[in-house]
Amino acid sequence: MSKPALRVQDLAVTFTSFTGGVLKQRERLLRAVDGISFELNPGETLGIVGESGSGKSTLARAILGLVKPSRGRVLWHGEDLTALDEEELRQKRKELQIVFQDPIASLNPRMTAGDIIAEPLWTFYPNMARLQVEERTRGMMKVVGLLPNQINRYPHEFSGGQCQRIGIARSLVLNPRLLVCDEPVSALDVSIQAQIINLLKDLQKKLGLALIFIAHDLSVVRHISDRVMVMYMGQAMEVSDKQRLYRRPLHPYTNALMKSVPVPDPKLAKEARQASWLTGDMPSPYQRPKGCIFHDRCPFLVKRCEADVPALRRMENGDWVACHRAEELDLSIEAAASG
Amino acid sequence: MALLEVKNLEVSFETPDGVVQAVNGMSFTLDQGETLAIVGESGAGKSQMVLAFMGLLAENGSVRGEALFHGNDLLKMKPRGLNGIRGKQIAMIFQDPMTSLNPFLTIEKQMAEVVMHHQGLRREEAKAHAVEMLRAVRIPDPEERIKQYPHEYSGGMRQRVMIAIGLLCEPELLIADEPSTALDVTVQAQITELVSELRKQTRMSLMLITHDLAAVAEVADRIIVMYAGEAVETGGVDDIFYRPQHPYTRGLLASVPRLDRASDDELQAIPGNPPNLQELPEGCRFRDRCTEAMEQCRKRPPLWVSDDGRSSRCFLPMEGGRTLQNATEPEHDE
Repeated sequence: MSKPALRVQDLAVTFTSFTGGVLKQRERLLRAVDGISFELNPGETLGIVGESGSGKSTLARAILGLVKPSRGRVLWHGEDLTALDEEELRQKRKELQIVFQDPIASLNPRMTAGDIIAEPLWTFYPNMARLQVEERTRGMMKVVGLLPNQINRYPHEFSGGQCQRIGIARSLVLNPRLLVCDEPVSALDVSIQAQIINLLKDLQKKLGLALIFIAHDLSVVRHISDRVMVMYMGQAMEVSDKQRLYRRPLHPYTNALMKSVPVPDPKLAKEARQASWLTGDMPSPYQRPKGCIFHDRCPFLVKRCEADVPALRRMENGDWVACHRAEELDLSIEAAASG
Repeated sequence: MALLEVKNLEVSFETPDGVVQAVNGMSFTLDQGETLAIVGESGAGKSQMVLAFMGLLAENGSVRGEALFHGNDLLKMKPRGLNGIRGKQIAMIFQDPMTSLNPFLTIEKQMAEVVMHHQGLRREEAKAHAVEMLRAVRIPDPEERIKQYPHEYSGGMRQRVMIAIGLLCEPELLIADEPSTALDVTVQAQITELVSELRKQTRMSLMLITHDLAAVAEVADRIIVMYAGEAVETGGVDDIFYRPQHPYTRGLLASVPRLDRASDDELQAIPGNPPNLQELPEGCRFRDRCTEAMEQCRKRPPLWVSDDGRSSRCFLPMEGGRTLQNATEPEHDE
């Protein structure tokens, strides 16, 4: 096996907020990302899934150095990104790029599609000839399925799906080796989501990119990921091989997420509803449950879960799970066909 | 008699770039106790259609046609008359529960207001009724939580409050515009479950507006699929899911990522992009994205109808259907 391109070790991000007014000001700590570790090989895709507030976007930003981690290391080909100064980190951005969730809000409405895509080239290669920049921009547009003759159009002249293609073109124009996609399809229509997922999958294969694909929905990451990490309140609940995860999730929370995916089939949907059981909401991040962080919503709760924090541990098959009862629970999904 | 009968509804907007026709000749009925889902992508006109007959269109919008509620045309009503119906006989829930609630008022105030206005209850009665409703949508400890402000509720809880407000006056029709889209998947599932239970307990009619076919598989009785301002297919829930007729419906179904099927390497997408309403293709509006487009699709496709209430607007023949003669159907394209 090749050496991992990216190694994330015990990464944590903490935000501080103040409450209680001017006189009785109190500091509150919010642990957005709480000790995440994983490895990513070149050409591999890791899907990260979690509900809002699970810390998945903050994790993405911390990996790219867009927020400062409070603990832990991010090793990119052996080099610790968290130890770099601003300029060194900026240079590294050539290799590490991100695609954002809202395709329209993340594009400057006053720049043409061509300028948006070319901007990283101007920034990093100010001496590159105009013609060369334009050629590369047009080439990039073709790669992501836009027409090169749309180069002078403005974002409002494109649909949401096309805007996301512009965002992808911009993130790929520098030939990065790692692409982080933060919910790239959740703002798009269903019929367009599939286009963008297929495009990313294609590009990843062609360019040999390491890819981190973030979503709040397990069904979306399934088609693109090799491995999937499930996050809850800043922690990893499970990191599993895709084939195994969708056949037999190890963590009750993963199982709950799977059962929440709506089934486009009236009969199956009614059956699935009877089998679903997750109640309540995610607790406030300021009042984190003791013991297992998921215990107050877990249907398989035992005494131990309220007291001991389950560590993320490696199972025999190489998957990782943070649940005391992972071995004894059988959460197999009968209906799911193999990967 | 149908509770709601919409006939040839057209909605257009005056914009600096000319008139945009957002909804084009929509006709349908909704019976008492029935759940009707209106499915379509952004720009399909599904929300504007509802806003139009609720009298909530933006200022530059205009509406033609009829929307008969108990036989009375909502479009001809004065604002005062509409106000007597909105919130009372017809309630509406919007997509984003945070922006639909007033952040400065307690939940109690916002809920009591509705029943005091419409049913003339006194404050104490109104509060008791509100607590009852919160309990019905399964807000734990409703007597205490009713005193709180919206920001003290989670997203899913806020949407439950919105549903509770919608149900306060026991409306005959509840319209929910993407009620779970802004919520997390596990919470979405809870809201769907809640809606389907409430539906069983009351004889209320329900109109669900969504971009996600999968989300309504469990609760809808009938489905209208809209594309570019028009209904392209209408049918019972089983017809739409198991025997879809229109290529657009089939494309939508195929593009839903599913966990209960083997994951092929390629997801099936509908090629192209939703059309710009100002530059609609001639003839069939779905033509340039359709995998089965033929030469004749440059002309306006016929409307197939069947006796069991199915319809499809396509040149492909509909199973068990007959085409409507043009004489009985108003022509829309010039």
